[in-house]
Parts: sequence; structure tokens; C-alpha cells
Amino acid sequence: MNTALTQPGAPMKVRGIQKRFGAFTALDNVSLDVAAGELVCLLGPSGCGKTTLLRCIAGLERQDSGELYLGERDVSLLPPQARDYGILFQSYALFPNLSVEANIGYGLTGSGRDEVRKRVGQMLELVGLLGSEKKYPGQLSGGQQQRVALARALAPAPSLLLLDEPMSALDARVREHLCTELRQLQRRLGITTLMVTHNQDEAMLMADRIAVMNNGKVEQYATPQEIYDRPATPFVAEFVGQGNWLPFSRNSASHAQVGGMKMRLADDAGVAKSGRLFCRPEAISVNPPVHEENLFPAKVREITFLGNRCRMSFELEQLPGHPLLAELAPEAMPRLGAQDIWVALPPRSLQVFA
Amino acid sequence: MFKPLALVAAVLTAFSLNALAKTELTVYTALEAEQLKTYKKAFEQANPDIEIKWVRDSTGIITAKLLAEKDRPQADVVWGLAASSLAILDQQGMLDNYAPKDLDKIGKNYRDAANPPSWVGMDVWAATICFNTIEAQKQGLAKPVSWQDLTKPEYKGKIVMPNPASSGTGFLDVSAWLQTFGEKQGWQYMDDLHQNIGQYVHSGSKPCKLAASGEFPIGISFEYPAIQLKRQGAPLDIILPKEGLGWEIEATAVIKGSAHGDAAKKLADFSASPAAMELYKANFAILAQPGIAKPQTELPADYEQRLIKNDFAWASKNRDSILAEWRKRYDGKSEKQ
Amino acid sequence: MTLPVARQVSRAEWGDRIFVVGGKWLWLGLLVVAVLLPLLAIFWRGFSSESGQGGGLVAAGELLTSANFHWLLGNSLKVSLSVAAIVVPLAYLFAYALQRTLIPCKSVWRGLSLLPLMAPSMLPGIALVYLFGNQGLLRGLLSENIYGFWGIVLGEVIYTFPHALMILLSALSLADARLFDAASSMGASPARAFRSITWPATRQAVFAAFCLVFTLTITDFGVPVVVGGDYQVLALEAYKAVVGQQQFGRGALIGMVLLLPALFSFGVDAWLRRRHGEAMSGRAQVFLPAPSRLRDGCYLAIVLLICALLLLVFGMAVYSSLVKFWPYNLSLSLNHYQFEDTAGGGWLAYRNSLTMALCTALIGSVLIFTGAYLMEKTKGQKGLNLALRMLSFVPMAVPGLVLGLGYVFFFNLNGNPLHVFYGSMALLVVCTIAHYLTTAQMTATTALRQLDAEFEAAALSLKAPLYRHYLRVTVPICLPALLDILRYLFVSAMTTVSAAIFLYSPDTILAAVAVLNMDDAGNVGGAAAMSTLILFTSAGVSLLLAWASRGALRRSQAWRQTAPGQ
Repeated sequence: MNTALTQPGAPMKVRGIQKRFGAFTALDNVSLDVAAGELVCLLGPSGCGKTTLLRCIAGLERQDSGELYLGERDVSLLPPQARDYGILFQSYALFPNLSVEANIGYGLTGSGRDEVRKRVGQMLELVGLLGSEKKYPGQLSGGQQQRVALARALAPAPSLLLLDEPMSALDARVREHLCTELRQLQRRLGITTLMVTHNQDEAMLMADRIAVMNNGKVEQYATPQEIYDRPATPFVAEFVGQGNWLPFSRNSASHAQVGGMKMRLADDAGVAKSGRLFCRPEAISVNPPVHEENLFPAKVREITFLGNRCRMSFELEQLPGHPLLAELAPEAMPRLGAQDIWVALPPRSLQVFA
Repeated sequence: MFKPLALVAAVLTAFSLNALAKTELTVYTALEAEQLKTYKKAFEQANPDIEIKWVRDSTGIITAKLLAEKDRPQADVVWGLAASSLAILDQQGMLDNYAPKDLDKIGKNYRDAANPPSWVGMDVWAATICFNTIEAQKQGLAKPVSWQDLTKPEYKGKIVMPNPASSGTGFLDVSAWLQTFGEKQGWQYMDDLHQNIGQYVHSGSKPCKLAASGEFPIGISFEYPAIQLKRQGAPLDIILPKEGLGWEIEATAVIKGSAHGDAAKKLADFSASPAAMELYKANFAILAQPGIAKPQTELPADYEQRLIKNDFAWASKNRDSILAEWRKRYDGKSEKQ
Repeated sequence: MTLPVARQVSRAEWGDRIFVVGGKWLWLGLLVVAVLLPLLAIFWRGFSSESGQGGGLVAAGELLTSANFHWLLGNSLKVSLSVAAIVVPLAYLFAYALQRTLIPCKSVWRGLSLLPLMAPSMLPGIALVYLFGNQGLLRGLLSENIYGFWGIVLGEVIYTFPHALMILLSALSLADARLFDAASSMGASPARAFRSITWPATRQAVFAAFCLVFTLTITDFGVPVVVGGDYQVLALEAYKAVVGQQQFGRGALIGMVLLLPALFSFGVDAWLRRRHGEAMSGRAQVFLPAPSRLRDGCYLAIVLLICALLLLVFGMAVYSSLVKFWPYNLSLSLNHYQFEDTAGGGWLAYRNSLTMALCTALIGSVLIFTGAYLMEKTKGQKGLNLALRMLSFVPMAVPGLVLGLGYVFFFNLNGNPLHVFYGSMALLVVCTIAHYLTTAQMTATTALRQLDAEFEAAALSLKAPLYRHYLRVTVPICLPALLDILRYLFVSAMTTVSAAIFLYSPDTILAAVAVLNMDDAGNVGGAAAMSTLILFTSAGVSLLLAWASRGALRRSQAWRQTAPGQ
């Protein structure tokens, strides 16, 4: 039994995984590379195939075709117990009739009792639950249970950690705190981690890279920054963060016609001749003090106060029937009552989609 | 020094050898269950190296079982089955012809005619009516004195009798009526009787027990349970109808091809011996060995004369057809409710 | 990329392979021998035309067209339909009282309602004779005598009552408070609420209960033998054919006829279940009945009446076993309990029953629970799983009488190497386990389904072998269900008669069979005594196991506080 806390994480490769359930294609030729020690999130709506992919990697489902590599080993056809990973389920799957100690020590066979106890102590310290050895899962809070389940998964020092919607059973306040903790722990251990979630906030907060999935395909696999700033497909654009869609047709290489307006585009905005322009709400400036490009008149529809910022729903006067969103700090809001405003859509913020 | 050890060893060996030497004899029987313990004890005392394993059921069922096992007999010997049934088995070639030691003492009517006989009688049981006096008084019933009396309308629903297909007693009744009244009159009699029957039961002794408990005031049964119950204090009158009593011989036979042929023959010997006759004497008025028995106090002195002349050959030959006819008429008719 | 290397399969993996794959094949083998082959033997026997056996297609034709058969069939149908028509409404009212009203002492009524389960079906029959027979205590209440149609109906009503009750209790327990709140806020009267909410939800259970009672009645012969008089029914006929006349073929044909109602009701039930779908939404709220003195009063009266009837019948049976000589000497004595001197099997029968019940309960629960676990919680071997699932539902469709017949035909076959088991205790145990398999398995499956579906996956990911996980986690958590199964199998084995009656030998005679024999011989007091003995043994063991279950639950309360998988 390896008592080292830090086990060199192994890189993981997924190649061309295909999985169908009857007529329904759950995974369509999915390929992915996870570097050693990286935390990758599989993000997507229900039914996109992220959990199926996780289960294939865990060996709990058998893929129809494709390969899986953990480090140098081809684990494609191995049963779960022959692969080398720890898994944290949505429901934690803690054994209710065993104490915390017994739960964590469950996978530590083939070692002396003293060694097991020492290892369990190490894990409890790691997750900050020293002293809870004799308690039962039913006596712990949700967050504590999650930590015990994590300790259990990590106790045998696996080279891969799989997390299946680990935060979904927790309430919002606890969630963010645990996200950070989990991330710190993962970094400290340097263990390669794959996490499934439908919550983009978690993904953005925790992941080194995010694989956004939809209908069994990976639509974009990149860092959170890239996913947010440069979404590769309309789905990714909409799924992560808020966005505005503006129908357009090309006037020239550098300008697009949107409604009655002519907007200048950045050089790398995209090449499509027509389609939709994508723009993040926070990129829009309202009543800018200095003149900006793509400045147009608009009418305010509704203002929602969200605490640290405000969301404003408006319509461009030359593009009626298309409500848009802008997000600004409260101070930047126009005086209440003012209906007519000026909005600027910087060229850098406009992305072209077909 | 080795003496006590040797003694112990010898005793142990003798014990185990004895245990090993005990032959287990499978004995099929229709004897009344209360008699099984006494008979078994007596035989095993006389033959300590043989142990009896009883397989007991009513006459009809035991007969059917033996016939079904014709090709692979499970029984070694039959001790206490109606002679009419044994005759059928003999016809099927299932019995060993064997003359027990005391055969010369057995009356010639009470054994198979062949030499050596295929079956040897033990005792006789005969039809008896058990009549509950308390119930009779309560319900204002007159005491019947003849079989024909039983067809009187006042007894409607008040009579129980055994089903001849399962019970030997039932069969001896039907056989006797057919022989006494003739075939046509016999069936007519049974048609009339059928109107008064409250229930047909499966065992021969049950009608008497039902009469004793007053469940049905009149039970057509045989003398053994009648006497036992009366002695226990049941308010019974034992009635012997004046037309005569049907009867049956209870007999013993060795099954051909038995693995324990010698032990089986020892049982046949015992069954015909005076010692066994003493056993039977306690239960039955008429024994296969004439001259020893005297009827119980509850029965009249001329009991033996009251038995009808019984043609067993006819009875066994026609058993199947009689039963089929009986079933057709009384077993499963919709108007009886 | 490296090629997959031939790897060392660990000992734990081998252990698991033996446990899962080996276990499933073993279970399949046992099910085939214990369930499938005897059933096939019935069909073979029924259609083979060996002479003297009464079988074959010609004989089948004769049998099915004979007036006698039609009469028997008519009788059986009349009895079974009457019993079902009486029992189901009574059980519905009783179940409604227990689940939807606020009558006091519910556990007492529930306990009393279980009485008929604790004794063989002959017991109500015997008690009815003592109550309403010609010398019965309450003879005056009846105009005709009890023997015959009404005797059988009354006896079967008592015998089948708890079975119908169990189905309806579980159906009426699924009540969503929100629906009733909605109904009352819309101004619906209680009657309307019943018609529109309760009735549709319980309709299927009513049908299931009806079919179950019908099947139980038409295949029971314990009651007809004791109190049927000359009213013949099909179940009795099968017995007479096989035991009385050794006509196996005829017995098999009747057995096949008796298989039909069970098959029919099983099929319709499965079809309805598929149509009906999910019984209750996961977000349903627990229904708490509103107080109503009038309603509670009425239902309490009904419940009291039914319980009084049950107590009367069973109390009478116990009392009659102590009466020296009914009806002329009513002094109390224990002489009916001196089984050594009486016909029918004596104390050996009782000892045999205890042995058989213990073996059935212990071996049966281990086999059934482990089998259920393997089917429910392990993946792979899809075809094998399907076969196991189908086979384990077969016993539900086969009445005990028919299964017993199957065993006779299969194990009595010339040349069958398993023939050596015929008449042995082992065969009785196997037959009883097979007979009561499905219900026990459903209890096990229900308990197993409540466990987190990912337990096994977690264990595998931790490289812990499944057999160790099964013993360390699954069994302790499911202990209450296991004890339930144990109790169910024990009591069923103590009271079963319809299969045992064909399979016993003089060495392995059972108490319930002894009851039949004694009653047949006219020793009704002894029959009552043995039945009472069975009753008290079953009740005693049930209470013992319930107490043990409560003890086990209490001791494990530390970790049972919240729902598992929370």
C-alpha cells in the first residue's frame, strides 16, 4: 500500500469512444486528453453524455468502440477493479452501517491493521475531519459526507479521480466553499481529476480545462477563459454565461449590417457571410463618457438589481423586437426614469457565428 | 490390564454388529392405527433382529399403492389387508406362496385355497351399525334392526358410511348387499340408502366415531371401533342387522421379490402363530384360528353365525366393476347437496 | 500506445467470478431442477398415454368432456368465485380501516388478522365443524348443516382473508396527501374523492387480490376434506386420482386445469402493471386522515366484527383440542395431545415439521436473498439474468398442489437419478422453498432496491470483492428484510399441506399431513390438537423473529437514523 499522499497523477487519454443505447447515441466518437495532475470538467446539459463518458472511463459501462488509456496502460476492456481510479458519486454511496473509519479503510486490503489506521488518519486529516472516525455517515452533514467519500476514494492512492456531480446534493452556500476546498486539495495532491457537472459556475471555478458536451459530442475543449471569451459554437456560447444574439449580414470584410445599423467587426471575429453576432452583456457600455465605436441609440425596457451589479434589458432602436442584455456596476446605471440611452458594442466583443 | 478394555471393545462390537444385523422390514398395512404399536412390539420382541417400518393407509389406498408399485415393489410384506385386495394382488402375480409354521391351525375358510397359500388370514371384521342413543332420543329416531330399515325416510341425512373405493369396510358392505339382495335389488337398495346418507367418509372407523360424537346418529362401520368407543363411554348401541353381516378377512402375505425374503417369512409365521392370535383376540371376535376366540362382551354369543356366506372370489373378481358402478351412481352426482 | 498486456487476475477477482457467475449458474441449475422440470413433468405425464395412468390426449378429451368433470369444475368455480366475492370487499374495508382511518389499537387488529396464516387450511374447517356441525356450539344459527358448499366457502374465506388483506394494505398505503387536499379544496365530497382518487389507485390491487383468493381457493383441498361433506371439488379430485387411485396421468390433467387460473391472473396482472406504470410519484406527501368520529366508529365496528369472527374460529379450535369427548364430556384434558397413541404420525410428525420448517427457512433465505442480490446488483450475463428472472416468477403462477404433483411425477420417474430423493426430507425442503420462492424474492428485491445503486460500483472502484461487500454491507443493512423472509418461510413451511401431501414418506410425515390423517380417521380432537400445536409454534416463532428484528433494528439505530445513501 502506497502511503504517499502525493502520487504522481497519470495522464489519461480517451480515443474515439462510441456508445449507443438502442437507437440513441450517447457518445459519438469522443476523444479527449487529460494531462497528469490536471482537473478537467465535463460540462453539459442532461443527456449530453458526460456521465456516460465518466462511467465508461470507470468501467461501469462498456463502450461500443474506442480506447481508453490511463498512463501507459490500455484499460479499455478491463473490469472496474482492474483499473486504477477513485470515484465520488453524486449520492456519495457511503456505506451507512460502517463507521467513517471503516468506510475510508474499505479499499485498503492486504495491509496490516496499523497501516490501515495510519492511512485513514492521514486521509481524515487531509479532508479536515480528524476525530470523526467512529461516527456513522448518517450522523454527518452533507458537506462532511462528501469529504468522507472523497477520503475513501483517495485512500488507496489511485492515479485518477473521477467526480460525478459531486456538488449537486449540497445547498448553494456550502457549494462554493467546497468547490474551492476540493480544488485546493486536488492541486495539493496533484492527482489527475475528471469531474462531471451541469453547473457552469463550478466548472469555471475549478477546472483547468473544460470539455463542453452536447448530444454525445465534445463541442469545445479549452480553458475556462477561452470557453468564455471565444466560444467555438453557438451552443457553447449560450450554455456558458449570458449572451446577446444579433442577426446580421455582411457588408464588407470589416462591417456587418445589423438591422438598420452598420457595425464594425474585429479582424478575427469570424468569416461567415451572414448569421448571428454574439456579444457578452458585460462588454456593452451604456452611455459611455467618451465616444466609442458602434455607438447606437437604445430604449431601456427593464432594470434588475442583482446585488453587486445590475442587469439591464434594452432594445436597439434600429433593431426592434430583439431584447438585449447589458450588465454594469450600479454606479454606471443611468438615472432611473431615463428611457433613452446610448449603447456601444465594441468590435472586440462581437463574435461571428454562421 | 487389557481385560476391561477388551470387554468394552467386545460389548461395543456386539452392539454395533447387532445394530447392523437388524433387518428393516417394510410392512404395508391397513390395520387400525391404534393397533400398530402393540403388534409391532410383540413381533419385535419375538424377533429382535428385525425392525418393522409401517406404511399405513386405508385399504383402497394401500391396494392402489401396491398395484402401482407392481414393477418395483417397495413393500416386503403385507400384514393386515383385506383378503379381497390380496386376491387381486395374487392375480397380478405379486405374492409369494408361503406356508407359515402354524398353517395347519388356520381354518380353511380363512386362507387362500392354493397350496402353499398366497395369503393367510388373521382375523375377521364385520359390518356393524353404531347407533347414538342420546341423539336418537333427541331427534326421536327409532332403532333400526335391519339393513332395509336404514332406507326409512326418518333417517334422511342421518347416516354415514365409508366410501368403498377407499375403505375396505365400505367395500365389504357393498359386496355383502349385492350378494344378499342380488345384483338388481342390491343396487336398488343402495339407491334408496343413498338418499339417507349424510356423508361418505374415507376411513372405515370414522362413521362410528362420528356416531359416537353425535355428529351423525347412525354410522355404518365395523365392530372394532364400536367396541372401543363404547368402552370409552360413548353413548352407542351396537346394532347387528338381521339380514346378516358382511365381513372381510384381514390377512398377511409375502411380496414376491422382496429383498428381505427371510425376515418377511418370519413375519408371516408370526402372524399365523398362536401368540399373534392372542393379540388379535383382544380386538376381534372371530379369528382365523378357530376355537380360541370368544366374542367381546358387547357382542352376542352367536356373533359368528350372523355373518353372511361370503364369496370372496366373486368379490375380488368384480371389485373394479363394482367400484366403477358405485362411483358412477353415488360419487359426483350433482343432485346430492 | 502500448498493447494490452496479459495481466494477473487477482484472487479477489477470481473470488468474484465464482461468486457472481458461478453463483448465478448454480441458482439457475437449482431453479431448473426445482421449478421448471417438475412443471414440465406434469405436462409430460398428462399427455403420455401409459396404460393405467389415465393420461394421454384421448383420456384428456374424455376427462374434459365428462359430466363428472363439468360438475367438479362447476363446483370449484362456484366456491372460488363466492369466496373471492366475499373476501375481497371485507379485506378492502379492513385495509381501509387500518390505513385511512384513525381507529385505535391498529397493531392489535393487524396481528389478529394474521391468525389464519399461522395454521394449515384444515384448522378453520375443523373449527367450523365444532361450531356449526351437527353437534356444534352454534348449530342453532344455521338452518342447514355446515357440510358442503357453505362450509367450504366459510372455511376458505377465513383461510384466504390475510392474503387478500396484505395486497390491499400495501395498495392503500400509497396515498398522496396532495391529491386529497386538491379534491377537498375543490369541494369534492369524501365519496367523490374515493371514486376519483382512491378507487383508481387501488383498482389493480383489488383485481390482484381477487385473482389470488380465487387461485388459492380453487387449489386448496384442506378445507374441502374436512368440511366439504359430499361436495366434491377439483382439488380433491386431483388428490384422489394420485394418492387414492395412483392414476398419475389423470392427476396431471387435473393439475394442468388448476394451473390455468393462476397463469391467467398472473398474466393479466403483469399486463395491467405495465399499463399502469409508476404507482406513486417520488414527491408525494404522506396522507394523514382527518378525524371523523362517525367514520371511525363505523370502521371500528367492522374491524371488531371480523376480528371477533377470527378469534371465535381459532379459539374454538384450541378449545376443542382440550375437550375430552365432544359433545358429551366437556371436561378439559390433554389426552388429544398424546399423539403417540393415535393414528396419523404422532410426535414424529411435529418434529419433522420443525426440522423441515427450520431447514426451509434457513437454507431458503440464504439462497433466495443471495440469488436476488446477484440478479439485482450485478451486471453482465444478460441472458442468464433474464432466464433467472423469468424462472423465479414461475412459482408465483403455480399453486402448491400443482407443484407437488410435478414433484411426484418428476422425481418418481423411472430412470431419474434424482429418484433417490423421493420421500426424503431434502425434497420436501426444496419443494417448499420453490413453492414460496417468488414472494420471498420480491421482499428481498424490494429491500435491495432501497440501497444506493452505486454501492457495488463504489466497492469495485475500491477493488473490494463483491462477495465481501455483500457480507459486510448488504446483508447487515437488509437484516430486517432477511428476518422477514425467514419468518415467512418458516410459517409457510409449518402450515403447508398441498404439496407435502404427495411427497411425504412414513419417515418424513409432517404435522399438517398428520392433521389430515387424523381427521380422516375420525380423530377430530387429535386433528384439532395438532393444528393448535402448529398454530402456536408458528405464532411463537413469528413473535420471536419480530422481536429479534426489532432488537436488530434498535441496535443498528446508530446508523439507521437517516435514509441510506443520504
